[in-house]
Amino acid sequence: MAELNTGDGGGKKGGKVRSKKANAKVDLTAMVDLAFLLITFFMLTTTLSKPQSMSLGLPDKNEKGEDIKVDENRTVTLLLGDDNKLVFYMGLLATPLAGPKDLTFGKDGIRQELEKRKKEVLAYSTAKGKPDQGMIVIIKPSKKSNYKNVIDILDEMAISSIPTYTIVNDYSPEETKLLEGK
Amino acid sequence: MAKIVIKKNPGSTDMTAMCDVAFLLLTFFVMTSTAKIPEALPVDTPASTTQTKVPDTDLATLTVGKGKVFFDLKGKAVRKRTLELMAEKYGITFSEEDKDKFGLMKDFGVPISSLKQIIDLKAADRSKADQPGIPSDSLDNQLQDWVRNARLANIEVNDKELQVAIKGDAREEYPAIRKVMDILQDQKINSFSLVTGLRGKDF
Repeated sequence: MAELNTGDGGGKKGGKVRSKKANAKVDLTAMVDLAFLLITFFMLTTTLSKPQSMSLGLPDKNEKGEDIKVDENRTVTLLLGDDNKLVFYMGLLATPLAGPKDLTFGKDGIRQELEKRKKEVLAYSTAKGKPDQGMIVIIKPSKKSNYKNVIDILDEMAISSIPTYTIVNDYSPEETKLLEGK
Repeated sequence: MAKIVIKKNPGSTDMTAMCDVAFLLLTFFVMTSTAKIPEALPVDTPASTTQTKVPDTDLATLTVGKGKVFFDLKGKAVRKRTLELMAEKYGITFSEEDKDKFGLMKDFGVPISSLKQIIDLKAADRSKADQPGIPSDSLDNQLQDWVRNARLANIEVNDKELQVAIKGDAREEYPAIRKVMDILQDQKINSFSLVTGLRGKDF
């Protein structure tokens, strides 16, 4: 038992009571239990209440409208529509290397596709002798897409460790058609 | 040879020291943890797998939900200085007491002209008051001024660049978030944080 012994020799079994002083023994078990329960509570609540954050770097807005040229063989475009719609295509939309096709969010849809394409791009870059050039993903959220889907996609980028990705806001008429058409 | 003595009464552990330590820790945690002030605009943040935490200081949080934008800033001194700069710009005077109260407040979402009414409310009533959000359209872009002045104030007070976090509701449509991002990008803030919840990779 856990007890606070104020007198001496509290642990002796049996023992005759020699002292006339009352041998006050306070049982501390319950108190210690409670204290640790509260410690656990406060420890967990203080660390868990802090939200996570995802850092996002966007390219500088260039007012002049200069276009940055990228290799179409390394470019994957993801269009986000309303109602969790996600359209994928690779290369240019007029002459796509793959797609366009609808995909689902999560590990069975977009993640498998990204992993597959990542390997292809790596093989392509290695063949060109520049294996450090990875895949470029262009994320195009439409006006109707919601914030959750944007975060989901950015998260996929982090999971699949895509080196270069960006959010682009302008839509070509063909792309709008593609999102609404099917 | 040593005899093995089996104690018949193994108990009687002295728990005094343990109890002391336990209560010391308990006191520490009670004192360091801050009471959670209800947010003026509760939002349901989307989940992500990233593990990075939101910083504690030098942070401005822009909460976006229901088409409204709310503003929050960490640090009492920074908040006070920001309010002074804003008051200067919009020609509104705040008393010293108002500034102190504002320093201890959390997020708010009113035009600066009605900020005083919100400051005068009690903490519990602030979240109940129907705050319309900070004006952020092209005619009256107060949000931009808040962010700019907060950055100036943070450099003055803490001598550090202010970090900006966007806390958006999961159901919020993307254009609303984009509007806030555009306001930040107009000030050459190209890198900011997005506040999210936590989830596993298997979804």
